[in-house]
Amino acid sequence: MARAAAAARPADSPPPPPSLPRRRGVELALLVGAVVISVCGYVVVGLARWHALPGGALRYGAGLGALALLAHLAVRFRAPYADPLLLPTAVLLNGIGLVLIFRLDQETPGDHAAPTQLLWSTVGVALFTAVVVLLRDHRMLQRYAYVCAALALLLMAAPILFPAVNGAKIWIRFAGFSIQPGEFAKVLITVFFAGYLAANRGALAHTGRRMWRLRLPTGRVLGPIVTIWLLSVAVLVLERDLGTSLLFFGIFVVLLYVATGRTGWIAIGLVLAGIGAAAVGTLEPHVHTRVEDWQHPFAGIAAGKGPGQLAQSLFAFAAGGMFGTGLGQGHSYLIGFAMKSDFILATYGEELGLAGLTALFLLYALLVAGGYRAAVAARDPFGSLLAVGLAALPAIQVFVIAGGVMGLIPLTGMAMPFLAQGGSSVVTNWIIIALLLRISNRARMPRAEGAGEAGRDGRTGTAGSAGGHPAPDGAGSGAARTAGSGAAPGGRSSAANLPGRGAGLGAGSWVTGFLKPSAPRAPEAESGPGEQGRPRERSGAPHHGTRNERDRPQGRSGTREQGRLQGRSAASRAPGGQPAAPPPAPADDAPSPEAGR
Amino acid sequence: MIRCIRLTAAFSFLLLVALLVNAGRVQVYEAGNYGASPANRRGQIVRYAQPRGAVLVAGRPVTGSRDSGGRLRYERTYTEGPLYAPVTGYASQTYGTSLLERAEDGILSGADDRLATFPWWDRLTRTHRRGGSVHTTINPRMQRAAFEGLGGKKGAVAAIEPGTGRVLALVSTPSYDPGELSGNDAAVGEAWRRLNGGEQQPMLNRALRQTYPPGSTFKVVTAAAALESGKVTDIDAPTDSPDPYPLPGTDTRLGNAAEGCEDAPLKDAFRASCNTVFARLGTRIGLSAMADTARRFGFNDRLLRIPSPVAPSNFDTRMDASQVALSAIGQYDTAATPLQMAMVAAAVANGGQLTSPSLVDEVTDARGVVVAGGPRRTTRQVTGPVTAQQLQEMMVDVVEHGSGRPAAIKGVTVGGKTGTAQHGVRNEGTPYAWFIAWARAKDSYEPAVAVAVVVEDAAADRADISGGGNAAPIARAVMAAALG
Repeated sequence: MARAAAAARPADSPPPPPSLPRRRGVELALLVGAVVISVCGYVVVGLARWHALPGGALRYGAGLGALALLAHLAVRFRAPYADPLLLPTAVLLNGIGLVLIFRLDQETPGDHAAPTQLLWSTVGVALFTAVVVLLRDHRMLQRYAYVCAALALLLMAAPILFPAVNGAKIWIRFAGFSIQPGEFAKVLITVFFAGYLAANRGALAHTGRRMWRLRLPTGRVLGPIVTIWLLSVAVLVLERDLGTSLLFFGIFVVLLYVATGRTGWIAIGLVLAGIGAAAVGTLEPHVHTRVEDWQHPFAGIAAGKGPGQLAQSLFAFAAGGMFGTGLGQGHSYLIGFAMKSDFILATYGEELGLAGLTALFLLYALLVAGGYRAAVAARDPFGSLLAVGLAALPAIQVFVIAGGVMGLIPLTGMAMPFLAQGGSSVVTNWIIIALLLRISNRARMPRAEGAGEAGRDGRTGTAGSAGGHPAPDGAGSGAARTAGSGAAPGGRSSAANLPGRGAGLGAGSWVTGFLKPSAPRAPEAESGPGEQGRPRERSGAPHHGTRNERDRPQGRSGTREQGRLQGRSAASRAPGGQPAAPPPAPADDAPSPEAGR
Repeated sequence: MIRCIRLTAAFSFLLLVALLVNAGRVQVYEAGNYGASPANRRGQIVRYAQPRGAVLVAGRPVTGSRDSGGRLRYERTYTEGPLYAPVTGYASQTYGTSLLERAEDGILSGADDRLATFPWWDRLTRTHRRGGSVHTTINPRMQRAAFEGLGGKKGAVAAIEPGTGRVLALVSTPSYDPGELSGNDAAVGEAWRRLNGGEQQPMLNRALRQTYPPGSTFKVVTAAAALESGKVTDIDAPTDSPDPYPLPGTDTRLGNAAEGCEDAPLKDAFRASCNTVFARLGTRIGLSAMADTARRFGFNDRLLRIPSPVAPSNFDTRMDASQVALSAIGQYDTAATPLQMAMVAAAVANGGQLTSPSLVDEVTDARGVVVAGGPRRTTRQVTGPVTAQQLQEMMVDVVEHGSGRPAAIKGVTVGGKTGTAQHGVRNEGTPYAWFIAWARAKDSYEPAVAVAVVVEDAAADRADISGGGNAAPIARAVMAAALG
């Protein structure tokens, strides 16, 4: 390896680096497809209802296309290495949501929600663009972790001061608008958790007292996080928004597990969740009714009170069957109120059937898998944790909602991301997509371009904390949110993390990027931020046109940090490419290299 | 950390699989159960989302559909409700369907698979076929003549074309407008209570669903049994019948309303409607032969459908001799629907051949393409042709010289039989005035129509044979409409 590295730095000019695929063309093509599908859905609704093309189809297509183009341009120029699947999936889901709300508007002639939803989608895309353009480095958020937590608690507590709507206090109404601040609080809390856990990961994983077989961390480390978590759950239970409190709990457990690698946290989490659920289920009448409904959805019919909402939802799904009744031709308006928000999946399931529902779940799976992929490829623990948290948010949300309306688990009253009517929900989900794109961009960016920052913190740390070398075959069975690409080719995995590798393989590179084991990090540790033998001294030199990271002042301190890391990686170079030392725990120092700046 | 992320991803994948499995359970496995639940209104909404197929009389629809603008969109309308109510029945969003609307509901609502070329394709694409049309056999002029003839009286008329079994008129009065029951609002419930609560019973189809003791009209069946069994070989030869006739095994003596019944020949006894002669004949023929003849004419048939189900006409099969005697004159437990007695007249008119009656000529789809040709009509020989000929002669005699004179039509051979039936405890109920008849144009061999009329007549004199006065003119009007 050393010889190869030495040979890779000849005196004469090195071979030109392979052009790194940015996949933006793929993204553009998929966006066109997404807009076309949405417009087709709009047209089909019009044809089914009035046997004529709906007026405004072109306007709808132009509007959606303009939004998609704006987002695409933002990504193309500001985050060109990001995952190409995230944006088209989000646009398609948003488009489908608009089509469904338009269809349901035909059942409520006095209450049209589609224009408002389109307005909020525009706001969402605008904020998406703002985040993508302005937030150049997601690690900046780690600095504001506590600020985020405080803001989140404030936003969650605010609706208590306002009157309850439908038995839950989650809305703030002003000037004809109503927003749901709990949605923004979700993202802020995730940022806080990710930041705090990234900083204190080592302490949580390795210090603390042993009790039986569990290692409990010290209160000083765990205290703040548990306090803030308990506060947020208390606020939620007081507001009776149990779906979101379940979501927070899930994110908490997931991030804790991912950050520390200790499965004990999952066990504790399940026990606490069980106790909490049992307590709330018996004491709180609102929740108790929901659990009763879940267990006996047809009890109301037997008692002569007619079908309840869950029974109507099940009837709607059953009427859909395999292929659905067709857009605009179902009878999901029988569900009654909340059909555009909580039960929009019932309309979707009835009109597009099991086939359509499977496609929808796979779209969400693509979104979530894109987030996990960014997490795996991210080069800093904060990025990984944030990506995991932001990916788990829609995953848990979709499971809880879809499970609730189809009778798998009790109903909780959350809204499907992108699909359901709800301005705050749409805006929040666009912000999540923007953050994931930024993390993905930084993860897939070629080493030399992110040279100043990339090598500094824990790629080695990350590699070390992975706990050894997970076998490729174990990885293959595990990470299978992709379409059955089982065996990770171990031999191909060398430098598979680098975006250059597997460029033309499409799905192949998608998979290998996801399944990459820790071994190939050694070449990076060995050669530092420069990749494929590019000399380190060139890290400050311009490679591509529009990279402005290199212009940042961090370049100077980057050189300083590079020196430090070079020394460290030289030490780890010796054992032949295996990360030998346990994590040097940079986490005990400032959480982010930029923190001190 | 990578490993943990991968395991989290695997867990998310498990959640996805759980969702898909549950979706499969709800949408495919339990789909049938959930769809059939009575609380699921989709079936009803789909059923009433399009206009219903039409019931046609002489090629013109007597039904229609009205868009009510409600969730159950189309309601049934009837062009002349009370006139055709015994034929069509009602089609209500609240109370379901009856009579022809029920029997042909599959065709009229479009659900019948015969309307589709490829039913599996229609199921796959979830197309709702338009309802087809039902062409009835009713003759509108005859129907109207019977309806106007009955007026407000309680009664019924059934008319059949003897050669083909087509039901030409089916009237029951007092009648009602089935359109009142079509919707699903409070007025419909009110109408239902009013129609079912009164004493008039306008919703009862007296021609098909109500049985009356046939009285003297049953003597046609008794005469047929006598001739078929050979107990009487010459209708002009005297029979050995005392007047009054002591019912065998009892002290009761049966009398006559008419004169000259002692030892009267069959033809004269038929014309004068002598109870004693026929009672004695019934005893002589015996229970099994009587029951067998009655059964051949259609009595005791529980499965008659035209295609609406018809109430079975009754001739008891376990009786002692005196009861047989009384049954032979159409009393005791003998009961017949007007349709049954029309079938008796039709069999006689058609040379002893009875074709099963039916109300439906053919069934077409919405565009007019014939889908099915009506129920299969079977013909059976009830009596021999010679017996039939003799019965025809006797029935013509009644109309020319007997109590059936009001039914005579110039230039037409008309045969008939009157009857008055008592009913109720100690015969204290309102008597029923019967008249059964058939008509044949003088220059034709095929009879044109056989008709049975029954009127619940408060004014009938018990002792008199009043069928001639009340029921016969109605029959005449119906037959005239058939031939004119």
